[in-house]
Amino acid sequence: MSNVNRMSNVTLTSENDMPVMNTPIEEKRWETLDDFINDPDFEQVMEEKYPREASVMRRSGMNRRQFMQLMGASVAMGGLVLSGCAPSRPEQEEIIPYVRQPEEIVPGTPLYFSTAMTLGGYVTGAVLETHEGRPHRIEGNENHPASKGGASAMLLSTVLELYNPNRNTAVYERTDASAADPEDQYSVSTLAAFQEAMAASKANWGDGSGVAILTQLSSSPSMQAEVEFLQETYPNAQWFQYDPVARTPVNDGARLAFGDVVNTMYDFTQADVILSLDSDFLMDMPGSVAYAADFSEKRRVRMDKQNTSRLYAVTSSQTNTSSVSDHALPMRAADVEAFTLALASALGADGGSGEFSEAASAFGAAVVEDLQSAGANAVVVPGEGQSAVVHALAHAINAALGAVDTTVMYTDSPLTNTTNALEQLSNLIGVSGGLEALIIIDGNPVHDAPADVNIASAISTVPFSVHLSLYRNETSYEATWQVPLAHFIETWGDGRAFDGTASVIQPPIGALYSTAIGPLEIVAMMADDERSAFEIVRDYWEGELASSDFATDWRRFLELGVIEGTAFDTTSPSLSGSLASDIEAAVSTPADGLEVVIRVDPLIWDGRFSNNPWLQELPNPITKIAWDTVAMMSEATADEISARDGEIIDITVGNNTMQAPAWVMPKHPDDSITVMLGYGQGISPELDEDLRFDAYAIRTSDALYGTAGISAEGTGRNYELALVQKNMDPFDTEPVRMKTLDAFIADPDGVQKDKYDGNFLPGFEYTGNAWGMSIDLTTCIGCNACMVACQSENTIPTIGKSEVLQERDMHWIRVDTLYIEDGDQTGFMPVPCMHCENAPCEQVCPVQATVHDHEGINNMVYNRCVGTRYCSANCPYGVRRFNYLDYTDDTLILQEQRNPDVSVRVRGVMEKCTYCWQRINAGRVLQAVTDEPIPDGAVLTACQTACPANAIVFGNINDEASAVRAEKSEPHSYSVLDDILNTKPRTTYLAKIFNPNPALYEAQADESAESEEE
Amino acid sequence: MATQNATAGAVNQPQESERQHLPLGSVARDVSAPIFSSTPLWWWIGFFISGGLLAVFTVTLGAISVIGVGLWDINNPVVWGVGIINLIFWIGIGHAGTFISAVLLLLRQKWRSAFSRFAEGMTLMAVAVAGLMPIFHAGRPWFVYWLLPYPNTLGLNPQWTSALVWDVVAISTYGLVSLLFWYIDLLPDFAIMRDKSQTKFAKVTYGILSFGWRGESKQWHMLHKVSYLLAALATPLVISVHSIVGLDFAMGNLPAWHHTIFPPYFVAGAVFSGFSMVIIVAIALRNQFGWQHLITQRHIDFAAKFVLGTGMLVGYGYLIEAFGAWYAGHPGEIIATNGRMFGPTAPLYWAMIFFNVGAIQLLWFKSVRENHALLIAICIGVLIGMWLERYVIIAVGLNYGHMVAMQEAWIPTVFDWLTIISPFGLFGTLFFLFIRFFPALPMFEVQEIGYEEGWR
Repeated sequence: MSNVNRMSNVTLTSENDMPVMNTPIEEKRWETLDDFINDPDFEQVMEEKYPREASVMRRSGMNRRQFMQLMGASVAMGGLVLSGCAPSRPEQEEIIPYVRQPEEIVPGTPLYFSTAMTLGGYVTGAVLETHEGRPHRIEGNENHPASKGGASAMLLSTVLELYNPNRNTAVYERTDASAADPEDQYSVSTLAAFQEAMAASKANWGDGSGVAILTQLSSSPSMQAEVEFLQETYPNAQWFQYDPVARTPVNDGARLAFGDVVNTMYDFTQADVILSLDSDFLMDMPGSVAYAADFSEKRRVRMDKQNTSRLYAVTSSQTNTSSVSDHALPMRAADVEAFTLALASALGADGGSGEFSEAASAFGAAVVEDLQSAGANAVVVPGEGQSAVVHALAHAINAALGAVDTTVMYTDSPLTNTTNALEQLSNLIGVSGGLEALIIIDGNPVHDAPADVNIASAISTVPFSVHLSLYRNETSYEATWQVPLAHFIETWGDGRAFDGTASVIQPPIGALYSTAIGPLEIVAMMADDERSAFEIVRDYWEGELASSDFATDWRRFLELGVIEGTAFDTTSPSLSGSLASDIEAAVSTPADGLEVVIRVDPLIWDGRFSNNPWLQELPNPITKIAWDTVAMMSEATADEISARDGEIIDITVGNNTMQAPAWVMPKHPDDSITVMLGYGQGISPELDEDLRFDAYAIRTSDALYGTAGISAEGTGRNYELALVQKNMDPFDTEPVRMKTLDAFIADPDGVQKDKYDGNFLPGFEYTGNAWGMSIDLTTCIGCNACMVACQSENTIPTIGKSEVLQERDMHWIRVDTLYIEDGDQTGFMPVPCMHCENAPCEQVCPVQATVHDHEGINNMVYNRCVGTRYCSANCPYGVRRFNYLDYTDDTLILQEQRNPDVSVRVRGVMEKCTYCWQRINAGRVLQAVTDEPIPDGAVLTACQTACPANAIVFGNINDEASAVRAEKSEPHSYSVLDDILNTKPRTTYLAKIFNPNPALYEAQADESAESEEE
Repeated sequence: MATQNATAGAVNQPQESERQHLPLGSVARDVSAPIFSSTPLWWWIGFFISGGLLAVFTVTLGAISVIGVGLWDINNPVVWGVGIINLIFWIGIGHAGTFISAVLLLLRQKWRSAFSRFAEGMTLMAVAVAGLMPIFHAGRPWFVYWLLPYPNTLGLNPQWTSALVWDVVAISTYGLVSLLFWYIDLLPDFAIMRDKSQTKFAKVTYGILSFGWRGESKQWHMLHKVSYLLAALATPLVISVHSIVGLDFAMGNLPAWHHTIFPPYFVAGAVFSGFSMVIIVAIALRNQFGWQHLITQRHIDFAAKFVLGTGMLVGYGYLIEAFGAWYAGHPGEIIATNGRMFGPTAPLYWAMIFFNVGAIQLLWFKSVRENHALLIAICIGVLIGMWLERYVIIAVGLNYGHMVAMQEAWIPTVFDWLTIISPFGLFGTLFFLFIRFFPALPMFEVQEIGYEEGWR
């Protein structure tokens, strides 16, 4: 492992204060060394905090006192006793003191390293910002095809995962299997002891049939190469891959349509008409971040760009995609298959049959007409949870429309193994009886395998099993060894994006905990491979690319974050000849009555991020509930099962039952209940009680994404939900202004209102830079990425459910969801500080703690604030946030994440969006150094860089060539409340321009007019 | 001397019959009797209850400043809670005192003398309670002095455009003038106490407090001059203090706050609640000390009519607020008005209407004004109603801001309840000490009036 940190060893020298977080021992202070030596917990302390030293002690057979004498009470113990926080670190060959400044490191200037996050086997490129060696923030990589500069909320929050105090930091061995409490079964051990145990186990591996590896889905070529290397020694060693969200219906649909798994990609920049068949393609696909960018690029409406796409969504629950659609048709998930059959039939695609149901007929007819007229520029996108039949039909429909190679592309699968994940898991269970050793890398299959798959007993039958994991979870407690997993920010790796592009996962920091090892490292350990993870990855690519100047190329790959030219070529799979009959055979008639739909959570995903407070504190983009999940249903369904909002209901599927609080959602189909994965983890030290709404309890192998014919009933027990936004009805206030595309073309100024302008005095003239922001409500998809980006950039504390319940959430930018046009349309509205030129907050602060600067920024002077909160009372936009209690978490390890350029706020002061003041300051430094105006795009706010839809544009409005100035000159650019108040906000909005089908839109308008008359 | 005003004053004076045959010296005797007699049991009970509540108040404010204002239920739209509600409530309670002593003095309403002393005392105590509230309501109370224009090395002044700075000036001026006014009037009475005292300690203490008052005509002359001067100063303050407190809201752009009616409507509300408090205290004192001949039914009747009159003004304020929202057609104001009338906290709004507009209508009837139990019940109702009014304006008003997405109701926590109830401990403790050691009625003024009326 010596070279693991080659890229970062220089930076690590400033890391020697890295604390090890652990439970009770930290509280303890020993006054003398003798106290420590005589402490009954001595060995445990040594093992947990100083595993390397402890292993020396154990191996040499020394007693405590001898050991201490040997160590000398000098350097090591000085650190040990006094600071109590110097961890042992992997041996570093190269230690460079800061006496001479290391190359590339300028204190105060961040360095950026490209890396990539793996989710469901696919990677998304990212860039890590490090300050003096400490990663404090991660964002999308614009060079990477799956990111295009944007990022999902999940990616943005992984940097907090790195520093999560709940991470496992010690190696545990099961020493007492008979203990009743699982916690008591394990005792702290060492990595060396683990290695010894593995070496002992290897004797029984034989030809490898005694050993198996279980990982999550993987697209990592290096991992595959390393497993192949392992198989040279143990030819029959097996590698299984399992993820709970493994795109099984997608793969089955491809098998049905083409006879083999293919990788389907969409190009939404070419799509004029899009039909989503219960698909949330903006949020839950491997390429969703890129899709959001493409979709938004097409949807953007400007005076000189008036062609946009039209999105129809058949949807079994509200999703971000259905919310931004022009027409959404709520439909039970089970009925989508019939709808798709009718659609295929109407479009003349293979396998189609039947007619649209009565409720769907008008919608269906409009869709058919529009799809046909768009032809090759139309696309039908089936949902991740829809049946194989729907996927196969979608392939057929896209082929019939001629959309293949225009809006739909096929390639080989980037994954290393395309066997269905569940099948791999059952294969593992099948062979588990003969296994001597099972190495489980990451994941939590014991918890997230379907209810009818018993992986736990399979693991527990294996004599030597290890679970490498960030947290000690359910699976860890079935294994004989628990080893901390190195976070992807800490260890080398690689993987492929949804289009096959490979990226190297580059760690800008060494493992925070010396006990942690990465996935490649443990496979190397199994294979007795002396190489480090870094060498494994580099060797693989050196061999694979056979480049003449690999050293230079390698450096470029790392800088760019992508290995160029590795995107897969598109293929042209042909539809199976027997498609029609195969589909006919596969079509199922769904049961009538109530159905349950199981979706992946847009923030917690399959549960892997449930231990991340940033994501927990984000309100769900649709329900606006933080810290919990709910069972969504329509009002009629809630009445039917007689459940109120927030009442815990039992959802019973066969013999399995789950509980979740009921929640009525508008535009939800009747007879359908939507639940989210991810909230069922039991073993999370601090978050458990509220996290047990376990959709895995009702998930079975044959109904991974839900099934019809279930029952549900209220239990009468009420559950308090932290609802962040209580009112979604704007009444007549129109914070989100919207127009149809036709209306916009006819009257571009139509969204403007009579402005209130009552100034007696001349305003201040901004002659230098004048910062401003424009947010495009047409392209915002409401994904919440901006909120997390802001949180990590600006050191915003998380306050926990109890404080969110009090409505004290601290996010500097929030996303309001508003139902407009009688609920037919949803407006997502990101609201940062408006930085009003005529700011009401400034006029009422009694101590001038909030003041304007000459560049138009409304500054908050934390030191001067006494906390009267008058500014907040007088802020018409409600963007100010107050530290009601001491919200700053002083846990040492979390302090490492803080942005050194941002002040930490104390209790009792107001805070709010600063337009990322520290970044503007960096721009000013640039201006001072170069003596030239700050170029447009040199200062980007955190929300802007994160936004996958590029809806946020920031810059200098005095710069005539700036993008933000162009945005603000659009006719549909408006300031919120400009008809009522004379605040002159610097943050303006571009009105939401949607593109409804005129026929359907008129029918809708007539309907709502009728219902109003009633 | 005020003899030249006797004719004018006579119109409003208590009925001759009630006081006619009082010997002149009996006033001082009766008023000072409670001070010189042994402490009655009811005083000890009242004092200990108040003292206990004061202890709770201290602990509450201590916890708020050590742990944070987050102990109260305040949140992001509703940033002002019970602290500011209490501030306005207590300032309002104080109002009657100044009104009685200053405005009625200038208007030569001689019946005021029965109320003036303890009402002014109430003013001071209420201002003391009120003054604490905004300090502890601030996030960092230890820096609240930054609101004062004190010389500092940073050269920073408070921001004069902020209504909160006006508040600081208005309330501190008000407190100071009230204290002066109250004390000047106490001088002759302290002298009486000095002369009546039996113990050396009391003689010396009251002697010091009386500032060497000897009853010379020059001193009387100066006393009257100063009284009228301070009355002239205090009269605009009666209007300005609560107007400026009202401006805290009227200056804000919140739909529920941005009304020009707020300043006068706040003043009327303050006098309304102040007089209710005066009636409660007057009836209690009258019964406990046997002062039926000093605080007569006529006085109570006048005060009750004041409650009715100012209550009607407050009712008019409510009407205009609702009308204004409709007439302006401003969606934000309509949302706010609908919200307070029909939203989740609507019962509290309607309770306010019941207490402040409905229940007081009984005061039209003389029989009700004479039924002291009912009168006290109505007055307590008014206090509750006026507290609710401030709640509706502040907490409910903040809830309905311009951004509809930021709506959040206010649900009181334990600390909110403690902060609502425990200030009565400070007020009560001070008041019990006041009636034990200070003459609660202005002896010299009552005697003066008696003399003018021919008592001998």
